Amino acid sequence: MSDVNGYRIVSPDSAPAHPYPDYRSNPIRVPKRPLMILPHTLSEVTGPAYGHDTVRPEDADLTRQHGGEPLGERIIVHGRMMDEDGRPVRNSLIELWQANAAGRYVHQRDQHPAPIDPNFTGAGRCITDDDGHYRFVTIRPGAYPWRNHHNAWRPAHIHFSLFGPSFMQRLVTQMYFPGDPLFPFDPIFNSVTDAKARERMISKFDLDATEPEWALAFRFDIVLRGREATPMED
Amino acid sequence: MSKTTPSQTVGPFFHFGLTDNYEIDDLAGEAAEGERIVIEGHVYDGDGAPVPDCMIEIWQANAAGKYDHPEDRQDKPVDLNFAGFGRVGTDPEGRFHFRTVRPGPVAGRGNALQAPHIVVQIFARGLLQQLFTRVYLEGEPLNDTDPVLNMIEDHAARSSLIARNKGDGHYHWDIVLQGEGETQFFAG
Repeated sequence: MSDVNGYRIVSPDSAPAHPYPDYRSNPIRVPKRPLMILPHTLSEVTGPAYGHDTVRPEDADLTRQHGGEPLGERIIVHGRMMDEDGRPVRNSLIELWQANAAGRYVHQRDQHPAPIDPNFTGAGRCITDDDGHYRFVTIRPGAYPWRNHHNAWRPAHIHFSLFGPSFMQRLVTQMYFPGDPLFPFDPIFNSVTDAKARERMISKFDLDATEPEWALAFRFDIVLRGREATPMED
Repeated sequence: MSKTTPSQTVGPFFHFGLTDNYEIDDLAGEAAEGERIVIEGHVYDGDGAPVPDCMIEIWQANAAGKYDHPEDRQDKPVDLNFAGFGRVGTDPEGRFHFRTVRPGPVAGRGNALQAPHIVVQIFARGLLQQLFTRVYLEGEPLNDTDPVLNMIEDHAARSSLIARNKGDGHYHWDIVLQGEGETQFFAG
């Protein structure tokens, strides 16, 4: 007998629309057949403890991965990862990647004619502490054009990849910056059609976490799926 | 209760953050217990074109059918040489492959036993949220009674989750995001 306490379905207002034609590469890549509800088993409620043996403390400071200082505005990005019930997600890998201050990725397929910064790669990792907290030092990324439609620009963002204890909690998202004038025009951001849900992707300026004479700080709390209150009936 | 942070696409530029340095295409290595298997295939979009900028992650039990996770309380041994997690990016032709061990059967809901399977997630530019599915292995006797496979009534959808046995431990499994031969995906 194996009673499993599954994870709650993500509520529709917290999920991107499906399909979402305003994002040009979406309609040809999303399934047409309905997604089937899968009652969770041991296979779903378990998940990898990944990255712990390879993360180094310096991976969380993206401004110190090369010989010199990267150009741009140095920032602290920190927050807490928890589940829907407010329980901290402890000892869990966070991966992030981003463009540099000029809006250019080191990725070879990025053809935006903005300068690459030899002192900035833009990838970082860390493990959350016992209270679910994490902290990165990085450079504020620039906006960049992306040809989705005429004069399309992505608002500045940092990509986040998150695990949690169950593989079903796995989340890849993007953190945005408060007050970005590009928000109304970005189909990826607006694929989340609920305004309150979109706000959950926007970091908050955090004066208390700012380091005087050094770096501004932004707080980004992350909420992963929580569990069903009781095991589902078979 | 807090509300979940919405998903956003992994985009086209994830490789330098996720797969260039942190790919795991060989889960088995030299020391893990169990029979070695290789699962390889392509990812295709709704036009039948290969998807070259896709990341695939897998999670599976070890050869004894045990997950390396505190919530797996089955009375089976953990294999210290098998973590059960894999991650690869597709190549320019949309191909992927994993080398792993044949997973053992694990407990299902109630008194059911699940056929050996691997949990799969697919991330790509164009996908605002990852896709969830499973892959089973052709010829496994427990496939006929597996509760998840039997939940799928449509024959083509059901067989989309079964990797074809090519012999010598090699299995072929294509992931079709949309259209003819579309893989059955789960709500996660």
